[in-house]
Amino acid sequence: MFKYLKQLTSLVAMVAVLFTFTTESMAAKKSKTLKNTQKKGFVRCGVSQGLPGFSNADAAGNWTGVDVDVCRAVAAAVLGDANKVKFTPLSAKERFTALTSGEIDILSRNTTWTLSRDADIGLTFVGVNFYDGQGFMVRKSSGITSVNQFKNGISACTNIGTTTELNMRDFFNSRGISYEPVAFEKADEVVAAYDSGRCDTYTTDKSGLAAQRTKMSNPDEHIVLPETISKEPLGPVVRQGDSVWEDIVRWSLNAMIEAEEYGITSANADSMKTSDNPAIKRLVGAEGELGAAFGLDNEWSLRIIKQVGNYGESYKRNIADTGILPDRGPNQLWTKGGILYVPPAR
Amino acid sequence: MNFKLKDLGPQLITVIAVVLIFGFFTYNAQINMENRGIDFGYGFLSQESSFDVQFSLIEYDGSHSYFRAYLVGLLNTILVSVIGIIIATIIGVIVGVARLSPNYLINKFAAYYVEFFRNIPLLLQIFFWYFAALRALPLPQDAEAIFGVFFLTIKGLYVPAFIWENFNIFLYSIVASIIAIIVIRIQAKKLQETQGKQIPVFFISIGLILILPLLSFLIGGVSLSFEIPKLKQLAATSFVYDGGLSLPPELIALTLSLSLYTATFIAECVRAGIQGVGKGQKEAAASIGLTPNQVLKLVIMPQALRIIIPPTTNQYLNLTKNSSLAAAIAYPDLVLVFAGTALMQTGKAIEIVSITMFTYLSLSISISILMNWYNKKIAIQEK
Repeated sequence: MFKYLKQLTSLVAMVAVLFTFTTESMAAKKSKTLKNTQKKGFVRCGVSQGLPGFSNADAAGNWTGVDVDVCRAVAAAVLGDANKVKFTPLSAKERFTALTSGEIDILSRNTTWTLSRDADIGLTFVGVNFYDGQGFMVRKSSGITSVNQFKNGISACTNIGTTTELNMRDFFNSRGISYEPVAFEKADEVVAAYDSGRCDTYTTDKSGLAAQRTKMSNPDEHIVLPETISKEPLGPVVRQGDSVWEDIVRWSLNAMIEAEEYGITSANADSMKTSDNPAIKRLVGAEGELGAAFGLDNEWSLRIIKQVGNYGESYKRNIADTGILPDRGPNQLWTKGGILYVPPAR
Repeated sequence: MNFKLKDLGPQLITVIAVVLIFGFFTYNAQINMENRGIDFGYGFLSQESSFDVQFSLIEYDGSHSYFRAYLVGLLNTILVSVIGIIIATIIGVIVGVARLSPNYLINKFAAYYVEFFRNIPLLLQIFFWYFAALRALPLPQDAEAIFGVFFLTIKGLYVPAFIWENFNIFLYSIVASIIAIIVIRIQAKKLQETQGKQIPVFFISIGLILILPLLSFLIGGVSLSFEIPKLKQLAATSFVYDGGLSLPPELIALTLSLSLYTATFIAECVRAGIQGVGKGQKEAAASIGLTPNQVLKLVIMPQALRIIIPPTTNQYLNLTKNSSLAAAIAYPDLVLVFAGTALMQTGKAIEIVSITMFTYLSLSISISILMNWYNKKIAIQEK
């Protein structure tokens, strides 16, 4: 009896080893996240609780924004339909836990790429979809036109759990100004507190200031000061450990930016299939086998461009036309004086 | 042997089940964290926190450690809980007694207060006080002085700060008067028990607590001056009060909502306690010639307290735990500072949440132990 048992165990062990090898090699082709997403039929995407231009829900519950478009692009590439996204609104504090615990698969929530976040807490940043910097908003009537006019005792409203809190300290400390930080968990509460006069200034990423200004009771009474006190490259994040999924999200974003570079828009994408430029043909799936590398078909990028549009279209629709930041600033293509520069899709 | 097994069996199974469940969760967390490349450890506590906190009882800024930030949050939680418990108890006792008042107006007023505040969710009340009531306060430059020295503004309540000289002598005088009062009380009780004489302990106590500290001013070299908050201009329309002591509106809103809410439950405990004492007790006490004051103090209250204390302990615990709703209105309590900002900056979710849970558990158990001790002290001493 004992002898058989021993044999049985070694057999089980052998099968187990074999099984791990086969699953390992399959995982290389098809990631676990990708498989789960295709099985569920929707992309699980973490967004903000409401930041116009980036991720904001309208009265009917439809999400729009450049951050939202990243998730839509992934859905278009992976599932063939940009609308197959389940959005989870998250506070700054909840966002990383939601991602690492597997509640969402992409975090596209105006999140700053920093060393400690990338290296420390089980996250991987896949790219930058908005180059930002922290700024300050004040009331016009205060007469303040520059951060140099800030004085001891100033109170600053902001969000907790963001790089903003740390930059604010560095800024005020380096200038020797004493300040009162008033940190809320939700952006709406920060805006409400600043708007009512609780704070003299409101500090966060400049894009955020521009977007939140539209929510104030009287937007014209407030100005964003010209100074930028930090670098805030914002981009989508995925869980560490699924390199295929990471690549899919990274290249969905890159495809949008490169499409703009080559002048491919949602309107002309189909006709671009007959283009003479091989780079364009690759992007619209008329040449090469690019999708196979992620376990996708060849028209993944074509679907992104047709359903979501290129980066420029997304920016125009969400940020420029809504009056948040009509000037693209650094978020312009490298060929037009900006710093948007992505590796070639080939 | 058989008998012992029957006894031990269920206990053993419980222990094994508990160990297995905890073991499973620990193992699961370990595997998942390893898969995602997350380190586990409490080493971060000694690292520099590099974020500032709005309001702190101890010296703190971003150059201090995360542990110091934890202490800041903990002390702020304790502060709001202690103030909340004191105010809630005072309001609760008054309203509880008022609900038994024969006066129709007082009685109904107390009843409506209890029903109103008890039946609205606490978070809503906190939002109401912070975003509606306190938002209606004037800006610093428009604030009218109250008694010439207090300023209630949208940025907080500014009160004069005390500037003491020889503060320790003043403190000694207070300690001395408290010791004197305790001695006199013990003596008075003895006198009452042995000779049946009564002395006005209450008035003597008040006298002592006033006279001794006063003497410390006259002959002890203690002096007290006030630093009155002064309006300071930051920009054309931006003002703040400088000097003095400032209480942030977040603290005021939180204390107010916590105490008003919890007081309703304490009021019900008090009412139940007083009504729980038999009517005969009161009549019997009156029939042996005790004054109404003595009836309340010597007969009703000692019995009522035994009913009041245990449920009131629960309310104290609730208030302490509810104070974690502070995070909604930016009061830097333990949850906001430690389980909020610190968690975000370090990403140490399991470590920080476990420390925070353990801290609230310890706080609650401390309050429980204290109240149980008091409850035992006033329980019937069988002779």
